[in-house]
Amino acid sequence: MITRVCQNESETTAFGKAISEILQYGDFIALDGDLGAGKTFLSQVIIKSLGVTDYVTSPSYTIVNEYGNIYHFDVYRIDDLEEMYEIGYEEYFFSDGICLVEWASMVEELLPEQHYKIKINHGESFGERIISLEGTTAQLESRLEQIK
Amino acid sequence: MKDTVILSIETSCDETAAAVVVNGRKVVSNIVYSQIDIHKKFGGVVPEVASRNHVEKISQVVDEALEKAEMTFEDIDGIAVTYGPGLVGALLVGVSYAKSLAYTLDKPLIPVNHIEGHICANFISNPELEPPFIAMVVSGGHTHIVHVKDYGVYEVLGKTRDDAAGEAFDKVARSLGLGYPGGPMIDKLAQIGNKHAIDFPRVFLEKESLDFSFSGIKSAVLNYLNQQNQKNLPIVQEDVAASFQQAVVEVIATKVIAAAEMLSLNKIVLAGGVAANSGLRNEFKKQLEGKSITFSYPPIQLCTDNAAMIGSAGYYDYLSCHFADLSLNAVSNLKLGQKLYVNHN
Repeated sequence: MITRVCQNESETTAFGKAISEILQYGDFIALDGDLGAGKTFLSQVIIKSLGVTDYVTSPSYTIVNEYGNIYHFDVYRIDDLEEMYEIGYEEYFFSDGICLVEWASMVEELLPEQHYKIKINHGESFGERIISLEGTTAQLESRLEQIK
Repeated sequence: MKDTVILSIETSCDETAAAVVVNGRKVVSNIVYSQIDIHKKFGGVVPEVASRNHVEKISQVVDEALEKAEMTFEDIDGIAVTYGPGLVGALLVGVSYAKSLAYTLDKPLIPVNHIEGHICANFISNPELEPPFIAMVVSGGHTHIVHVKDYGVYEVLGKTRDDAAGEAFDKVARSLGLGYPGGPMIDKLAQIGNKHAIDFPRVFLEKESLDFSFSGIKSAVLNYLNQQNQKNLPIVQEDVAASFQQAVVEVIATKVIAAAEMLSLNKIVLAGGVAANSGLRNEFKKQLEGKSITFSYPPIQLCTDNAAMIGSAGYYDYLSCHFADLSLNAVSNLKLGQKLYVNHN
């Protein structure tokens, strides 16, 4: 697990770019953090760093936005896991693409066994964020060493 | 001239809806699932499983739409259906149902963009409205300034780069502990609050840009609430709601009016769920004072998701023979103005 204290948006942007560099197709990223913590912001940085040139907008209402084989979810509005089946979440979660899921802990039971967890917490000072990143397997953890 | 009757189906998000619309302007029936007397349909028993799924609602909704219109499938000239944007799983229910109807009845299948439908709700509520005009589509999922050049011809002039306007309302409402959807709650509180109480930022982006960004104002409200809590200072919900709403509607109205003036268009319409927001309507009226630009918006039942608006959009596509064959599929990220699966006959 690595933890990074980011004082402002540009430090978060730099960390997001570094994260995107170790990602591979087939990866799954579970993001959690309070409302306004910056889950969408960090997702935007990662998705754009992966080469998406479209506007990366919030998926809060649409639940999932697709950018080629990059899938950006916000599952906050899911009341019942049944709704995830109706969306056909397996097609995304277990695809060859990259999945980023905001509020992932709300659908914990459905997450693939092997995934990265990102937690964003507010820091002491205004604008500061404490971002932690961990892999659920030794293989994923070993890739974190490449992050500078 | 013989009337053209369109049966329309909309299942892009939470609602399952069907409508019968004549000549694109006259709504003969407009059914949203929740309006149906379920007890009547099930003889007093409501199966729990049926309550959630579009699949089990759709045929009832379509039947109800025809019944209310006092029509049969024979009276229908074309079947319009929303094929995007939205959740693929939800969209597919409507698309598959419409395809099977079009095939069995041998009627044209008309694919409709959900956002175009929102804009066309104005053709129903405002019989005199004709293109060209500027439409502001503002809802939970969409924030677009659109130049409607002609029936069925759209150009997006600006859109959000992060959160939709309606989403900002929902999230601020959530942080204030109000219910979902947050828009109506914020609007209600805003009417009794002081809109000058807190100076939240107005985000206009680059000069000349007609794009929006609402993620910053959401953060500004959250920061304000945190700071007040940390300092043990009171939070006046009404003032927060009014100040937040004012910051959002000012930016929207300013940009939309700038777009109309830039293109020398004298008509502005609102569309989508947030069009029901009284603060937004009042801000437009205020900023348009003394200008020769007309301003209109649909009634609330046509602002929220419904099938009548799809029937109106579908009618104009019917006139242009924008039909799809049975290869029609749902397109979750369909863009406004994009016409996929359309055979130009």
